[in-house]
Amino acid sequence: MTLIVDHATKKFGDFTAVDDLSLKIEEGQMHGFLGANGAGKTTTFRMILGLLDPTQGNVTWNGKPINYETSPYIGYLPEERGLYPKMKVEDQLIYLAQLRKMSKEEARKETAVWLERFEVPHYADKKVEELSKGNQQKIQLIASLVHKPSLIILDEPFSGLDPVNVGMLKSAILDVQKQGATIMFSSHRMDHVEELCDDMSILDHGKIVVGGSIREVKRNFGKQNVRLKMDQDLAGLSRLPGVEKYKETIDGALFQITEESTAQHILTEAMKLGQLRHFSIEEPSLEEIFIAKVGKAYA
Amino acid sequence: MTKARTKSFIITTLIVAAGFFLLANLPNIIDAFSGEGGDNVIHVVDKSGELVAQLQAQLEQSDSEIQAMPTDLSEEELKQGITEGTIEAYLIMEAGDALSARYVSESANEIGAGREVENAVQEIQTALTAERLGLSGAEVGELFLPVNFEREAVSNSSKTEEEMSQARGLVYILILLIYIAVIYYPNMIAMEVANEKSSRVMEILISSVSPVKHMFAKILGIGTLGIVQMMIFGIAGYFAFKTSASELTEGFFSVMGFSDIKVATFLFAVLFFLLGYFLYAVLAALLGSLVSRTEDVQQLMLPMMFLIIIASLIAFSGISMPDANYVTVTSFIPFFAPLVMFLRVGMLDIPIWEPLLSIAIMLVTIGILGWFGARVYRGGVLMYGSSQSLKDIGKAITLGNKK
Repeated sequence: MTLIVDHATKKFGDFTAVDDLSLKIEEGQMHGFLGANGAGKTTTFRMILGLLDPTQGNVTWNGKPINYETSPYIGYLPEERGLYPKMKVEDQLIYLAQLRKMSKEEARKETAVWLERFEVPHYADKKVEELSKGNQQKIQLIASLVHKPSLIILDEPFSGLDPVNVGMLKSAILDVQKQGATIMFSSHRMDHVEELCDDMSILDHGKIVVGGSIREVKRNFGKQNVRLKMDQDLAGLSRLPGVEKYKETIDGALFQITEESTAQHILTEAMKLGQLRHFSIEEPSLEEIFIAKVGKAYA
Repeated sequence: MTKARTKSFIITTLIVAAGFFLLANLPNIIDAFSGEGGDNVIHVVDKSGELVAQLQAQLEQSDSEIQAMPTDLSEEELKQGITEGTIEAYLIMEAGDALSARYVSESANEIGAGREVENAVQEIQTALTAERLGLSGAEVGELFLPVNFEREAVSNSSKTEEEMSQARGLVYILILLIYIAVIYYPNMIAMEVANEKSSRVMEILISSVSPVKHMFAKILGIGTLGIVQMMIFGIAGYFAFKTSASELTEGFFSVMGFSDIKVATFLFAVLFFLLGYFLYAVLAALLGSLVSRTEDVQQLMLPMMFLIIIASLIAFSGISMPDANYVTVTSFIPFFAPLVMFLRVGMLDIPIWEPLLSIAIMLVTIGILGWFGARVYRGGVLMYGSSQSLKDIGKAITLGNKK
């Protein structure tokens, strides 16, 4: 059950939304998909779902093309909330599950289980438009999971949620993954990707600029951070050879380096300056990698 | 596929059905309210003193409820009586060479009563004149014998005048129904599609089932709904007229040609309703898929509305002259055919190949439009943006294109 995107290109007229994109997601893996707005994430998802046909290349899942025959095995959460505003939550979930070929009784049962799990069973008889944005997002996620899909595409699943609900949704997604589902999701929040995903890729202007397992990505980035906490002025240390970037923090400074030996060098020099409260070598955060690769400040 | 209908739909249906009952029973209801009101006494100032009795006799003869009552009051007093509401109307009669009478009532609206009185006075005048001329009753009867005037048409294709007027009422009503249906239901489709797009539920739907399937399911769903609704209306209307079965409605039935129901006309009505519906429904779905917000639907629907309105203008103007050239020509143009060809089928005895050809043309058009619409729809439902014009059709096709 491997999802393979093979050299997919999508052009809209002269504009290339997705440029020669290749991806491979093994069964049961969670893949984080990062990219600035307009980088081509949604277009990629639409190609994977078969809503759009690639101009070149192809997408296969389990060796077969994805089309409407495979729709019962696929769950999709679109970036914009997509539910009938005037329809009751329960009816809606059952209807959407039925569209994906689940029987009505089973859909009813599963809907109840999920509503219970997200602590919103009392919303079953409410219209979607009466719910808050965060609760609508929960319903939306249920809609993409209720029919027990084995390939799940989530476009910004955590947007608009408070931390408690993010945690609830995260654990639900992890549970589904443990049951063997293959999941691909996009997010603006690097920490979510870092926490949940095995693999990741960063998309920029329709191309994957960084891809692979998170550990690999970090290692291949070839840069590390040294964090120092002390009260003395550390600006002098930024002129040491091997320091790429220097940034003052509230209680010290952060150095970006490429060689391990530079870290030792910084440590010895810092100790000469005075009392050292904290010294650590940190892996680069995905955010740093993202900014370095995509080249934009981006929260 | 189409979600369960909402309460508002059921309520609308019930209200319209109830409306039929109300309409059909309107005369009865009006009777019930006004029956007790008037005591129908007319005060007659008659200087000769003989005319009142004759008038009363005349009124009774013509089944009128009006009572003629002689009065000695002066005209001023009578006028005051009317202003005060104690008197409904009075009549001043003077015998002379010709009988003259003046009917005074509170307002000129009470033409009905006035006419009855006028007729009665006219009868008296006739009788008096006949008496003076020494004519017998039979001779008078002969004098007023109605002329035997008949119209016959030579052309085979046209129906007789009697048949025409009978068919006219029925066809008129059915055309009106088809007209309403092809405006109302396709509009509903366009609104729903736009709604599903603006609420973004569309993306979920078309990732579950193919857009083409979704489109046709929607058209079929609303079509079924339309048929059910029309059937409810039809049955309600039928029973409403049956239950109200007063003389008036019976008269209405025979005037409208319902007493002589032509099964073929109804079958054609259903057929043209379906064809017209599908034709415009596909078009509406196509247009609905192009907009991002429901507010923009009307704007894009406008050209389609014009088509329907032009068709209805042709059809309604054609009712009085169904064999006009422009009616014949437009009855083969697919977008006008559902109304215009039905008009011709209902009003004229045209050779069967003509409606069949028209139906075939429509079927082909529906096929082409369905194929084309599906292509536009595929891309259109994924398109979001501020611009909404017919130019977007091209964009939608490119977006929905394979490869």
